[in-house]
Amino acid sequence: MTARVGVVTFPGSLDDGDAARAVRIAGAEPVRLWHGEADLRGVDAVVLPGGFSYGDYLRCGAIARFAPVMETLVDAARGGLPVLGICNGFQILCEAHLLPGALTRNQHLHFRNRDQVLRIEAAGTAWTNTFQPGQEVLIPVKNGEGCYVADAATLDQLEAEGRVVARYVRGNPNGSQRDIAAITNPAGNVVGIMPHPEHAVEALTGPSLDGLGFFTSVLKHLVGAPA
Amino acid sequence: MPRVVVDVMLKPEILDPQGQAVANALPRLGVSDVASVRIGRRIEIEFTGEPDLDRAREIADKLLANPVIEDFSVRVVETDETVGARP
Repeated sequence: MTARVGVVTFPGSLDDGDAARAVRIAGAEPVRLWHGEADLRGVDAVVLPGGFSYGDYLRCGAIARFAPVMETLVDAARGGLPVLGICNGFQILCEAHLLPGALTRNQHLHFRNRDQVLRIEAAGTAWTNTFQPGQEVLIPVKNGEGCYVADAATLDQLEAEGRVVARYVRGNPNGSQRDIAAITNPAGNVVGIMPHPEHAVEALTGPSLDGLGFFTSVLKHLVGAPA
Repeated sequence: MPRVVVDVMLKPEILDPQGQAVANALPRLGVSDVASVRIGRRIEIEFTGEPDLDRAREIADKLLANPVIEDFSVRVVETDETVGARP
């Protein structure tokens, strides 16, 4: 049976189309979800895409967190539903307290848009299990508020529990503490990543096909997961 | 009508690159005696009835501020003290 992966569209989402396309290229069925509906339509996993939900008013992700779809999603994620938040989706997951810390203005204040090398640090999550630990991947980064911050105790805990999923290598694009590009929750089903794996799934448009691994990982995870 | 003013500031330990950028621009104005600048956000809330500080605190904690990186304070002010309320 083909896995069904939901992609949420908020007002101001930009990368929902690309995320749905990446899901399809990975071999799953994308299911478009709407921010104003609490119904997750029985999907097996959910992607929160990049963009500027609600115009990034107040703080990135702060208003999206209170969307009807998020109430259902937060409960489902706590129950083990795989959720991948990309860029603005990562910001929303932090605002919803599914992931610790916060994403703040890039230290140099510039919007950064480039192909970025990442090192996969945690290959055991629902979204990274097709990678090798320490593997380097090339994925576009594009953000203005991607600087990951948390207090020292939280950072130490993330490191100790192996919850830093990916780090920037060969240049930190936004000043993120400890070069953190992606983190996960204790169960490993919720992952937030600032760079954009959905933009690296085809030779025609991406710098690599490395992003595809995040989407094939969740399919592998779902096959192995108890029903 | 009194309003509740909520001031939101980044916690002291969180880097404020906007404030730094402003501080770095000050010498161009001929100002050389400023040690640091930090930028926050002021929000004015008008209730339909009496101003409710507890309710304002709840709003600030849940939505207006992110307690991970920001602190906030709430206070009641008379309308003529608020920005843009001059006749």
